[in-house]
Amino acid sequence: MSAGADTIVSLRGVVTRFGRNVVHDGLDLEVERGEIVALVGGSGSGKTTLLRHIIGLTQPQGGEVRLFGERLDEGSVNARIARQRRYGVLFQQGALFSALTVGENIAFPLKELGIARHEELDALVALKLAMVEMEPENALMMPAELSGGMIKRAALARALALEPELLLLDEPTAGLDPDRSASFVRLILALRQELGLTVVLVTHDLDTLAAMATRVAVLADRRIVSYAPLQETLHVKHPFIERFFHGEHGRRALARANGES
Amino acid sequence: MSRGQPAAARVELAPERLEARVIGDWTIRTLMTVIAEVRQGLALVPANFAWNLSGLGRLDSFGATLLWRAWKGRWPERLVLDPAHRAVIERIALSAEHPIPAAPRFTVADAIATLGGALIAFVEHLLSFVALLGRLGLDLVYLLRNPREWPLLEISANVFKVGVKAMPVTALVGFLIGVVLSYLSALQLKIFGADAFIVNILGLGIIRELGPVLVSVLVAGRSGSAMTAQLGVMRVTEEIDALAAMGVSRSLRLVLPKVIALTLAMPLLVLWTSSVALIGGWVSALIELDISFHFFVTALPDAVPIANLYIGLAKGAVFGLLIALIACHFGLRVQPNTESLSTHTTASVVSAITVVILADAVFAIATRSIGIPG
Repeated sequence: MSAGADTIVSLRGVVTRFGRNVVHDGLDLEVERGEIVALVGGSGSGKTTLLRHIIGLTQPQGGEVRLFGERLDEGSVNARIARQRRYGVLFQQGALFSALTVGENIAFPLKELGIARHEELDALVALKLAMVEMEPENALMMPAELSGGMIKRAALARALALEPELLLLDEPTAGLDPDRSASFVRLILALRQELGLTVVLVTHDLDTLAAMATRVAVLADRRIVSYAPLQETLHVKHPFIERFFHGEHGRRALARANGES
Repeated sequence: MSRGQPAAARVELAPERLEARVIGDWTIRTLMTVIAEVRQGLALVPANFAWNLSGLGRLDSFGATLLWRAWKGRWPERLVLDPAHRAVIERIALSAEHPIPAAPRFTVADAIATLGGALIAFVEHLLSFVALLGRLGLDLVYLLRNPREWPLLEISANVFKVGVKAMPVTALVGFLIGVVLSYLSALQLKIFGADAFIVNILGLGIIRELGPVLVSVLVAGRSGSAMTAQLGVMRVTEEIDALAAMGVSRSLRLVLPKVIALTLAMPLLVLWTSSVALIGGWVSALIELDISFHFFVTALPDAVPIANLYIGLAKGAVFGLLIALIACHFGLRVQPNTESLSTHTTASVVSAITVVILADAVFAIATRSIGIPG
């Protein structure tokens, strides 16, 4: 493989249109192995759409999306399925299957592979639950019985079931109280340390961003206007960045993050 | 952890050193293709062998689970492995101390509890159905006092949706049933030479009985399920709660228009379907018995007293009322998950059809002396 062997996600010249509304116009983004990249941008700037492009749920009208160095539509059906098993996705609402228990939800991707035996599945489910700091008893609960924070944890456990190299998080801390969202951030950081994950997350939450991101990709004017570590991003002159980071709320969040580290 | 080309996962035995060597990348993806061989290899390792994991590449939790189970949940006495791998296996060992509890078994007590639960659920259904009726009654009283608040727009939209849009399908089914009924009757009547009685059979059968029941079954499947699903999804998406938070009565805006619309639309649908079914019957009678349209139409009022038409229309209105009430009742009980939505929609249609047939039996008994010729 070429020099880009450790580029996990690569977007080149991505163009997205919804009707007449152009959302992305020639957008480029590269995510290296081991990074935690936070995608920020105003409402309707196409952050979640970009995430859906990476997963392959939607196709951009132009440009190219590469995952692990391969184009999304490259290879046989089996190769594509194998590629899909290399990343895990945490959807905004968790997207747990409501007809299955939490344990069955977590075991689902493993069962689909069809190689693990029943007792091994139980052991792996117990492990994933422990990883996301849930109790073994939670395995028998139905998703409808869980609180918002628990749903996120259970969904994270399911996303981690196949030991992905890449984790995609859509608003991981939205709808959690500050305490829970801080512990969720700690959880993801610890998991990244243990499993060597690459993480791409979409977030609005400055606390999350300041605590996690190794690089910040700012989505504005239909492209990535800045892609750098947080401290450097703060010095970029751009109206959106100034509003987002230097507003009242932004300054307080950054001060908190600096105080902690 | 080393990267690069993945080495095939395998277990090799070195009998001369009493050692089992674990080699290659042990991740869920690399193990997928060789799982049978690896399981076999692990099973063949004698208990007194040492384990050498120095040839191990990447190890994930699935690979570690395989090893841990091969070791029967204990660390082997003689073991060579590097710290990174030890950490992975340690996590498995740790979580194995807190296994997920087994799902509770189904016992006799559970069977009794299930039975009792079903009974209680039935009573609870009845109670909440009565509560819905009461709520609608109060809404009607409120509307009589405040005539400006009648949800006329919603009612007319619902009449269009459940009435006008159902016309093609009810006509098609009605026409075909008419043809079939007429054809089968004509075959029998021909034997007795009682050709003219085809009008009596079709008229009485379709107008009094078949028309209303046929339409009810179609409407329960078509509009009843749609009402339940609509209300159910509105519950899932919290739209109903949003309405309540705005101080808008959900029964007034959502349930009452549906109930009124279906009660109004059903008699009209019955009239329409019965007419088309009679035409279908006449077509068949024309072919089989050579009965003219003129004869058919003039003989109909003599053969079928007008009371039968009123009974048919009344049935239509009552059945429409029941279908809408049942559909809304089930729709409002949907829990916010997909499973509940599907069970409630099914239950709504099945209950509506059952109740309609029960009500039809009640009608048959109550009107047994009305409109029967001769």
